[in-house]
Amino acid sequence: MFLRHGAFSYLPELSDDEIAAQVRYALLQGWPVSIEYTDDPHPRNVYWEMWGLPLFDLDEPDGVLREVNECRATFPHHYIRVLAYDAGLGRQTTALSFLVQRPAHEPGFRLDRTEINGRTQRYSVHSYATEVPAGTRYEP
Amino acid sequence: MANINGSEPERWDPGVHSYRSMGYYNADYVPKDTDVLAVFRMTPQAGVDPIEAAAAVAGESSCATWTVVWTDRLTANTHYQAKAYRVDAVPGRPGEYFAYIAYDIDLFEEGSIANLTSSIIGNVFGFKPLTALRLEDMRIPVAYLKTFQGPAHGIVMERELLNKYGRPLLGATIKPKLGLSARNYGRVVYEGCRGGLDFTKDDENINSQPFMRWRDRFLYSMEGVNRAMAETGEIKGHYLNVTAATMEDMYERAEFAKDLGSVVVMIDLTIGYTAMQSMAKWARANSVLLHLHRAGHSTYTRQKTHGVSFRVIAKWCRMIGVDHVHAGTVVGKLEGDPATTHGYYDTLRDDFVPTNPGNGIFFDQQWASLPGVMPVASGGIHAGQMHQLVDLFGDDVILQFGGGTIGHPMGIAAGAEANRVALEAVIKARNEGRDFVKEGPDILRTAAQWCRPLEVALATWGDVTFDYTSTDAPDAVPTASV
Repeated sequence: MFLRHGAFSYLPELSDDEIAAQVRYALLQGWPVSIEYTDDPHPRNVYWEMWGLPLFDLDEPDGVLREVNECRATFPHHYIRVLAYDAGLGRQTTALSFLVQRPAHEPGFRLDRTEINGRTQRYSVHSYATEVPAGTRYEP
Repeated sequence: MANINGSEPERWDPGVHSYRSMGYYNADYVPKDTDVLAVFRMTPQAGVDPIEAAAAVAGESSCATWTVVWTDRLTANTHYQAKAYRVDAVPGRPGEYFAYIAYDIDLFEEGSIANLTSSIIGNVFGFKPLTALRLEDMRIPVAYLKTFQGPAHGIVMERELLNKYGRPLLGATIKPKLGLSARNYGRVVYEGCRGGLDFTKDDENINSQPFMRWRDRFLYSMEGVNRAMAETGEIKGHYLNVTAATMEDMYERAEFAKDLGSVVVMIDLTIGYTAMQSMAKWARANSVLLHLHRAGHSTYTRQKTHGVSFRVIAKWCRMIGVDHVHAGTVVGKLEGDPATTHGYYDTLRDDFVPTNPGNGIFFDQQWASLPGVMPVASGGIHAGQMHQLVDLFGDDVILQFGGGTIGHPMGIAAGAEANRVALEAVIKARNEGRDFVKEGPDILRTAAQWCRPLEVALATWGDVTFDYTSTDAPDAVPTASV
């Protein structure tokens, strides 16, 4: 499967220049950027691991790219995303999120069903990758 | 109105007096911060003085009746009287006037749209001395606003719930809207969601008919939603329409939708304001998004001279507490003047909406941190218009392509993928600082080179446009009073 996550997951993978352009856009809006990684891509896994603190007070995307590349080097088989955050009053939430790395092989998800009364089913999305402990998933 | 002796009567003389003389018009009145303000477009009958007509509207929508009653003297009458305080001729529309009226907050029950509307759009709309009357806009004071729940979740919470940021959401209404069996219906849900949509949608008139009962629809639709979630790794939803004949039925259906794990349920405007408020309360208590389809609104919003502007309905919907409401597309098949539509979007999304006569906004409206409502653009739009839609509406909108998804020659999933690729390509280009409106067709063509479904969508619908004159364009307001 091919994980659909973030704003650009139906486009070809972004090059570093394209990532820099998106980061520049975020910085121009006054949004600090942060980097997160995970090997648990379940759609309801909100809390990916933070690669350090959000990068406040940047003017140029270079620093973000440097951090993205360090994160890639440390976790070559994880999902990595870049997020931009809008702290503006009334917003105070993520403003943009997109993937900058995905594992070479993505086993995807299984839909588990439990039949209960009245023809109703309890659905549960199960990630094949999480069948092994964190840190050892997606290894080639 | 003169009395039997030919002189102006005293205020409490029995009989019929002019509304103006009873105090329902006061050009010197300075509205209080806590007053509810309304502006009506009046068309008085021939020979009816516009000032008297405005006073009559103020009177009939507050405490007056056609004749003097002594029992008014048992109350602080001048406090409860609405006051018309300004009357403007509508430019370019002979015989029409904008009447501004202030209502004391004490006239209204806290947190009740039913009560507010029973006054403001009650008896007064049938008042004989007027040939037509339209409620154009309202200013809801913060003190009254804060007695309403507001959106069950709002735009920010919806994005956090769905885990989707930085782009408009995508949807499609299942077509044909009537006649599919539950199994076939769920197929369309599945194909649309797995292809790349965030949401699919029941149409307004799909409730529980002989060809498909509600419970079966819910079961098969949620099968489709969950299959698509497992296939894509993204959260998906189908607006399960719980509209029904009674609150008991609606609660039963909504509870079932929640039990099946649906992130969203849907209601129609036809259920009425009180039922909408009940469902908004339910939606907040149950962590389920609430989608509103504005079924029926055009019967009273579309014509300029009579009814209620949709900008007022949008305001009430935000107070009532829905999370989504259809607000027009401009470029699609349904009524929608661009400036007027912008006014609706501002009203639904912004925390402060300044007076803007060009967009039909007559008053400053402070929303006092009441969350925003996600507007929905739906009806006759397609992938080839994506750059225009992003330019018109920005990120906080749900773009719904029904025919433009399901009618795709390669199938429903391909239609969904075409729309998603078009959307992401345009958002990416916009963020890169490109002139995405001008370069839009080029951006889409470039993406179509590696996305066959988009290529086919552009070839099928690329030039389709609904270019008709709108009936509801704003009339700019002059500053001088009559």
